[in-house]
Amino acid sequence: MNMQRRGLLKATAGLGALGLIAGCAMNKVGTPNQARVLVVGGGYGGATAAKYVRLLSGYKIDVVLVEPNDAFISCPISNLVLGGSKLMADITVPYTALGSKHGVTVVKDMVASIDSQKKVAVLASGASIRYDKLVLSPGIDLMWDSVAGLKEANDQGRILHAWKAGSETAALRRQLEAMPDGGVYALAVPEAPYRCPPGPYERACQVASYFSVAKPRSKVLILDANPDVTSKGPLFKKVWAEQYKGMVEFRGQHKATAVDARTNTVKFEVQEDVKADVLNVVPRMRAGAIAAQTGLANANNRWCHVNFLDFESTAVKDIHVLGDSIQVAPGMPKSGHMANSQAKVAAAAIVAELNGWEVNSAPMLNNNCYSFVDAKNVIHVASVHEYVAAEKTFKTVAGSGGVSPGPSELEGSFAWNWARTIWADTLG
Amino acid sequence: MNMTSIKTFLLAGLSCSATGLAQAQDAKSLQQLSLAATCASCHGTAGRAVDNASVPGLAGMPAVYMIEQMKAFKGGTRTATVMHQLAKGYSDAQIESLAAYFAAQKK
Repeated sequence: MNMQRRGLLKATAGLGALGLIAGCAMNKVGTPNQARVLVVGGGYGGATAAKYVRLLSGYKIDVVLVEPNDAFISCPISNLVLGGSKLMADITVPYTALGSKHGVTVVKDMVASIDSQKKVAVLASGASIRYDKLVLSPGIDLMWDSVAGLKEANDQGRILHAWKAGSETAALRRQLEAMPDGGVYALAVPEAPYRCPPGPYERACQVASYFSVAKPRSKVLILDANPDVTSKGPLFKKVWAEQYKGMVEFRGQHKATAVDARTNTVKFEVQEDVKADVLNVVPRMRAGAIAAQTGLANANNRWCHVNFLDFESTAVKDIHVLGDSIQVAPGMPKSGHMANSQAKVAAAAIVAELNGWEVNSAPMLNNNCYSFVDAKNVIHVASVHEYVAAEKTFKTVAGSGGVSPGPSELEGSFAWNWARTIWADTLG
Repeated sequence: MNMTSIKTFLLAGLSCSATGLAQAQDAKSLQQLSLAATCASCHGTAGRAVDNASVPGLAGMPAVYMIEQMKAFKGGTRTATVMHQLAKGYSDAQIESLAAYFAAQKK
């Protein structure tokens, strides 16, 4: 028996022991009528929802989290691994506390399909789990077809996106380390909306920070499909012009259409081809595949429309969608902090609905997004969002929010504190 | 599963918890918990800061003090890197509700 097969059997046996398999009359605490929330995806949205459904229900609602990865790896802060000031271990957090502290049943598996009529999810291992409410937080899928040749180049490990923190993050760092001084790192940025609006510009700063010390004759080219920097623009441009003068160059209106892995060249809709020593191409993105497969991606067949009071899909009842997969409200970024914030609104609404209580008619969200311009100095953008009943959407509260006046080490200490705190709030 | 049985089960034991987060007893207390949870991403779940935190924990903070500070952030008499921008997003009634919640939390 191979390891994979043995692992599947073990996982299935575990599910059976917990009574999770559909058709079992009893679940783990022996109460046939206990409500169950099934959370699909253990990122900032899903893990927070799992923990907060448990907390807000006084540990009375059964929560199962299905997540394929061994541990949570944070996208926020992952650019610092590229810059060299953090290691993969620094951005990796185990799922164990969700089980040991909060009684969430964490199942290492993928959801293969969801039957929203019968309210059952079938896992890749073949086991099935019934639910009363399902929280879907699958993150993004990459639209490989938007850049011809990229999938093949990525499969070969030649051209990386590193837009999901994990093995590609470490691999891109190795490419940067192997690049000779005087080389060119080029980052192709997709059209908005994409996960983490300031992420590409922070990444450019991190690579420049590394080059400044290790390979000072090298260049960082930002090839952006958007006309201009999409987040914290004036702040980033000032950093590039002053701190990274002559090293970082921003080029807008560069919509990547194809790559040639043999020559490490990226081609554009209009502009001339660019050849680089390290080519980092981030393609367009959409809601995770399971969302479209379940009939939830009803915004341009790409993102999921939700009812913003409880984040329930507008397409399918009792499935709540969180995080980067949703069609956002005005001014709402696709960020880890925002997914954490949305998850708490959804968790409270789910607890209310399962209790037969009225759902909060005035939910609030906030977002605070830090970007490291080097190993220590940080800028932020912050916002507060209120539900506007008349328009059935969230809007930023007038007069609230804003950005930093400029990079500072003080904000650097707050940014690292933010990371440690939100990881604990999400998973601890 | 029918709603009545879920309700009966859920209402049976909303009492203690492993982490001491105050429990939702009804829709109103759930709303207060939900509002307070917006602070948790930076200040810690239930306002309990992580070890060696560089921002204050909110659990156990006297309500009068918290209301004063939030109004100072809103009014611009207390400066900050971020908090003055976030405070402006919350109404006075919301701040009072937050202050009451956090004052009642164990540090």
